[in-house]
Parts: sequence; C-alpha cells; structure tokens
Amino acid sequence: MKIKKNVAISESGYIFNPSTGESFSVNPTGIEIFNMIKEGKKIEEIEQLILKKYNTDKDTFEKDYQDFLGFLKQYLLIDTHDEKED
Amino acid sequence: MEKQRYERPVIKKLESNMPNKYGMRTEYQPMTHIDGVAVADLVKEHGSPLFVMSEQTIRRVYREAKKAFSTRYPKVQFAWSYKTNYLDAVCRVFHQEGSWAEVVSGFEYDKALRNGVDGSKIIFNGPDKTEADLEKAIQHDSLIHIDHLDELYSIIELSKKLDQRPKVAIRINMDTGIYPMWDRFGFNYENGQAWDALNKIMRSEKLELIGLHCHIGTFMLSAAAYASAAFKLADLALGVKKKYNHNITYIDMGGGFASKNTLKGSYLPGSDVNPTFDDFAEAITSTLINSDFEPDNLPLLILETGRALIDEAGYLLGSVISNKRSSTGKRTTIVDIGVNILFTSFWYDHKITPAQPFTQYTEDTTIYGPLCMNIDVVRESISLPLLNKGDHFVIHHVGAYNMTQWMQFITLRPKVVMIDDKANVHVIRKGETIERITEFEEIPEHLKEFDL
Repeated sequence: MKIKKNVAISESGYIFNPSTGESFSVNPTGIEIFNMIKEGKKIEEIEQLILKKYNTDKDTFEKDYQDFLGFLKQYLLIDTHDEKED
Repeated sequence: MEKQRYERPVIKKLESNMPNKYGMRTEYQPMTHIDGVAVADLVKEHGSPLFVMSEQTIRRVYREAKKAFSTRYPKVQFAWSYKTNYLDAVCRVFHQEGSWAEVVSGFEYDKALRNGVDGSKIIFNGPDKTEADLEKAIQHDSLIHIDHLDELYSIIELSKKLDQRPKVAIRINMDTGIYPMWDRFGFNYENGQAWDALNKIMRSEKLELIGLHCHIGTFMLSAAAYASAAFKLADLALGVKKKYNHNITYIDMGGGFASKNTLKGSYLPGSDVNPTFDDFAEAITSTLINSDFEPDNLPLLILETGRALIDEAGYLLGSVISNKRSSTGKRTTIVDIGVNILFTSFWYDHKITPAQPFTQYTEDTTIYGPLCMNIDVVRESISLPLLNKGDHFVIHHVGAYNMTQWMQFITLRPKVVMIDDKANVHVIRKGETIERITEFEEIPEHLKEFDL
C-alpha cells in the first residue's frame, strides 16, 4: 500500500494529483496519516503513534483508518498491491 | 503529557462546481452552555436525550412580541396556545407574563383551570367541544369561539338550561390570498356563512356576542395575509355595529406566525427571511387603526400565537450513537434523537450545533434517529464537524409542538428541564418509565400464561 509517487501534499493538507488534475483537502489527522503512509509506515506503527498522541481507542482508530484508506483508494491516490506503480 | 483531542481523518475532493449562493453556513460554533449551564453537565445529570427549556428566552421573546404590538395599538392581549406546549411550567411562565389561556379541548381546558387561570380568561377554540365541556365553559364564564352551527345550537340550548348568557365569538375563515386557504374551521366570510351565524346569534338573544376570531394558517411567511384578515374581521365588526348597534369587544387574530425555523426546501434560513413580530404587528394594527372604528372605541386585539413565542426557548440535547457510510459512500450519523420525540423534523431543517469545540473540518452528513424505522431521519443533509461516538450536540428551536405531539413509540420519552434566570435547573417533566406506560394496560385472564 503506497501513495502514488507523483501525488503531492502541502503542509496545510492540500493534495494534488498531477496525473488526473484532481485536488483534495485533508484535515490535520488526515495529513499525519497520509504522510505516514507515504513514508511507508505499516498500519500497526501508524496506530501506535496515533494512540500515543491522541485521545482515542484502537477500535475507533482502526474503523476510521479503514474508512480513510477506502477514500484514498476511491480517489486513486494509492497503488494497490496488484497494480503497477506509476 | 495530556493527549490531544482526536478527530477522525477525512479527505474531501475539491470540486469547482457552480458557486452556490444559497448554501447554509456550517455550524462550527459549539454550544457548550445553555443559559450558563454546561451541556455536558445537563446530560450527565439528566441523561440523553434531554429537552431543555430556557425560561429567560420565553420571557424575552414574549416581551418582544408584546412590545411589537403594544407600541402600535392601545389594547393588546396575548392568550397562550396550550396545544403548542402545555407543560404546566411553560404555561405558567406565560401566565406570569400576563397571557390568558387558549385551549382547544376539554383536556386543555381543565389544564388551564388547574394552572389557576380564571375561567373568564380562557378562550375555548376548536371543533370538538362536548356538551359537558360547553357547560363547564359557560359556568366558568369563558370565551367560547363557535366553530360550527351544531355547536351554536348546543350553546343556545345550554343557555336556556343553565339560565346563563354565554359569552361567544365566532371563528371566521376567509380568503387572504394565501395557499392553502384554511376553510375547515369556522364560518366562511365570502359566501355569507359568517353573517348567517352572526344573525342567528344576535336574533337568538340568548348569547352575548363579544368577539370575532380567525386563524388563517400556520407558519405564515407573509405578513400581508394578516392585513387582509384584519380588514375582513373589522368589516364584520363594523357591520354588526351598524346592523344591530352592538359593539364587538375584541378581535382575535389567532396565531400562525412563523418562528425562526427553516422549512424544508427553503433556500434561505428562517432566521433571515421569516417575518418578524414587527412585520405581523404592523400589518394587523395599521389595518385596524385605518378602519372605520372610532379611535376611542377600538376593539381589544387578542393574539394566540404559539410557535413563534416558544420555539426559540426549546433545545434538545442528544448524543452520537455511531458513524457509518451509506452504500454510496455518504457519511451517515446515528443519534439518540428520533422523529418520535422530534416531530418537527418532518417540517424543518433544524439547526444542529456540536456541544464541544471542533476544528473547521466538516463532512456532509445524513442524521438518522435511533428508531428501527426507515422514516427516522432527523436531517437528510447537513454539514457538520467530525462528531465522534458519544459526542453531544444541540438541536435548536424545538420548543413548539414537540412536547405535545411527541409519541411514546419504540422507546420512552425523555425528561424535560427548565433553566431559570439564575441558572438553576428544574425538572419540569420526569422521564417516562415502563411502569407508567404499562399501567394503562390490562391482560385478559386467558392470555396470562404461555409456554415457549
């Protein structure tokens, strides 16, 4: 699971995908998670970091993470394992 | 180190559609306190959901309405519309402010009497008054507003039986240029029914005709319709004076003033576009003053507005049960408030604000109630901050009709509290219990036992 290489994210959470011309915005938690996925961190590691920093629980985070990931896939911002990388 | 408040990650596609000048503002601004009392404390102490009435808001809005009329017209009297909210504590705030009572059933009539309202200050409206109701109203010298001829005949008979002269008014329906025209209550102005009823009353010599009443519609978005109604009632009153040399003591313009809620399908929020008390007052009072009434002999103007006086004072506090996605990916949120207690969500896009601070990130959300019924939708589409399970929120402007039209359906009805002007919280209706509901039931002997 990787963010497509040419997808760019700004500090304020503005995402641009040059291959489609589409742009998105993410909230601060979204920026952190997006960057961690981009850095190649695994879900277990991401979860640990989020639970350490924020007042939430494992179940809630896992549910929200999968939901967020679903949208990243839907918006074609990540490569799934079966697809070739850009 | 204290952990930071968690907000679920969201991503929003930026789309350059046609700009939408009608978009409603997202309610980022949390409502953490009501009249100085923390929402979190209210929920902790009294549970969720919870209706909250603000006493100071009731008094403030009432005084605004009173001022709008009494600065324009010398003789004004409000009568509290019991059906809008007949919790005794609420009624008593209005009675303390000087409102009479306006009731539409024997049940409401008894409630007004129990609240200590003098019978002569109870207006009895509505199509269903039993003989016993009418007899009681006559004996208490109440103002009976006649809806149909059968009732008129009953009152004439009762006046003979009781040897009393009942005080009556008739309800008039009329074309005021609005749709739908309410013509099911009372006697029609245009086709002569009204004059027919007036002639019958005057010729009977058994009844004291003291007023004329109308109630032209509900949630009226046009103040001009009231000018038209006031003109027609004034015309009848002046006609009675001319024909019978009889003075009509009061003109009762009923209610129907829109509150600040937003009707479904409305482009702009109700708080911006609905007419104000000043608009309604200007339309009604200038018509009466400009009519042919002698300036020193103007009739008393009675107003029975309910919704516009009480809606703003009512809040409904609730909690998030779960966040889900629909089959199309749309965010849906299940809350513990359903249409069984928030009846008005069928008519309004209620304003909903979070009860704790959030960032400015939002999602378009459908808000579903907790009932296992497909119709249980509180808001079909609302832009809300990212509420988590267990978070509280406040639904605004719920004071009218919800606490009378609510249903004991699937679940029990919640408590109602009132916050007084010193920030004291009073329970004004206890939460229902299963025992209170089942005590009305009886089980036939042959159904008492079963084996499974």
